Amino acid sequence: MNNAADIVLVFLVLTNLMLLGLSRLGACIRTVALQGIALGLLPLLTKGGHMELHGTAFAIAIILLKGGVFPWMLMRTLREVNAQREIEPFIGYGKSLAVGTLILVVCIWLGSRLPLPEPVMSSLIVPVAFFTIMSGLFLIVSRRKALTQVLGYLVLENGIYAFGVALVDKQPLLVELGILLDIFVAIFVMGIAIFHINREFDHIDTDKLSGLRS
Amino acid sequence: MMTTLKLVHLVLAFVAAPLLLGIINRTKALFAGRRGQPLLQAYYDIWKLLRKGAVYSRSTSWLFAAGPWIGFAAVVAAATLVPFGGARAPIAFPGDFLVLIYLLGLSRFLLVLSALDTGSSFEGMGASREVTFSALSEPALLIALAAVAKYTGCMSLSDMVVATVPHLWLCAGPIVVLVGLALLIVFLSENCRIPVDDPNTHLELTMIHEVMVLDHSGPDFGIILYSAALKMWLLGQVLVGLVVPAHTGVLWVDTLAVLLSMALLAVLVGIIESSMARVRLLHVPQLLVGATTLSILAVVLVLR
Repeated sequence: MNNAADIVLVFLVLTNLMLLGLSRLGACIRTVALQGIALGLLPLLTKGGHMELHGTAFAIAIILLKGGVFPWMLMRTLREVNAQREIEPFIGYGKSLAVGTLILVVCIWLGSRLPLPEPVMSSLIVPVAFFTIMSGLFLIVSRRKALTQVLGYLVLENGIYAFGVALVDKQPLLVELGILLDIFVAIFVMGIAIFHINREFDHIDTDKLSGLRS
Repeated sequence: MMTTLKLVHLVLAFVAAPLLLGIINRTKALFAGRRGQPLLQAYYDIWKLLRKGAVYSRSTSWLFAAGPWIGFAAVVAAATLVPFGGARAPIAFPGDFLVLIYLLGLSRFLLVLSALDTGSSFEGMGASREVTFSALSEPALLIALAAVAKYTGCMSLSDMVVATVPHLWLCAGPIVVLVGLALLIVFLSENCRIPVDDPNTHLELTMIHEVMVLDHSGPDFGIILYSAALKMWLLGQVLVGLVVPAHTGVLWVDTLAVLLSMALLAVLVGIIESSMARVRLLHVPQLLVGATTLSILAVVLVLR
């Protein structure tokens, strides 16, 4: 049992559950930042210290981007759109937490049914990656504010990245860098889009946008 | 030798319990920039109340007078089941953690009954809140202890704590952290500390524990205060016993380590109370569901 990696993985689960239960958008952004930092630490812990230069550099890039740049951009958007909290999500916070626990149990069962071809750093990584992906999806479908949905998208990507860490030796660095660049641009564009939605309609509630044509 | 040691530990718990309140209050005073009440203020209060006479309303029955004392007896019985650090409890048998939880439940039940006995709608409100929140925090406590029981393979609280030797931290760190967090939230909620209830308010419609005991006076109220302090000490000892593995084998070092970690727990509670606001009443269930989720996560990790 790789203890340090396990602690980080459990921390990922906890940040996901926190996101499901938090209503303040600022706190949500900070939680996602923490999750990004933990995620950046993950590949460093897998190797047990001896790490090539480009791997370390990549981990540092991940930590800087996910723990620093994305939260900073989202915080700036938050200040501009002047929306402090998710008022009425489609699914309430208590229910979201309960659903999260249920998803977690399903993911752990799923993880036990999908053994990876070769031993990975921790048996937890597949279920946790699944759980992160699922809770990201759940955030996207259950919240009203565009900003929370962007956070859900980020969490979803974090889950995919965690899955990639499990196969870190197999995955070429270039692919990872490409994905990172993609989400960087996506967050950038989404921040601007949210700003424009807000300026046009004075709110960022996505469910009201379906009535645009009338 | 072992019997005397256990008795000494028990007496230590009885004597030191109100000191926790003193430490919490001094920590809060320090944060607020005040001098604060004396460390032994809780002892003075209890002693003063015990010497006074009690006033009984004409509308109350014997239940009102009996409630605090039977509740106290239940907490004393619970004290014999709680291990002191790495040492075994005076009474230990498989499944004793269930008895512990239900003895504490019994004490709360009697307090609720005597609150309802006054017929005051104000006290009825407090009683209703108390049972609602305890019904939510009980599963968290139970599932957390079940996770530890499953992991260590011991069904007795004493065995669990003895099995929490330092290597548990090394090979099951996540589980210890989750159980510790869940128990901390339960500790705060059961003892009516700040994220759930504010022990300083007496005239607010949102208070929980304090409103139930408004009509008690004199020795009855004193014994309620003492039972609450003892309950806090017991739950704190369960938390400390599972999280802090103080098993050096040297007797006085172990005892000192437990006392020190209890003091640190009190300081931690003081810091939490100074830095957090009380959660809105409607959001308390969410906090407690969160604690239950942590416990369930611990169980899932154990069963994996």
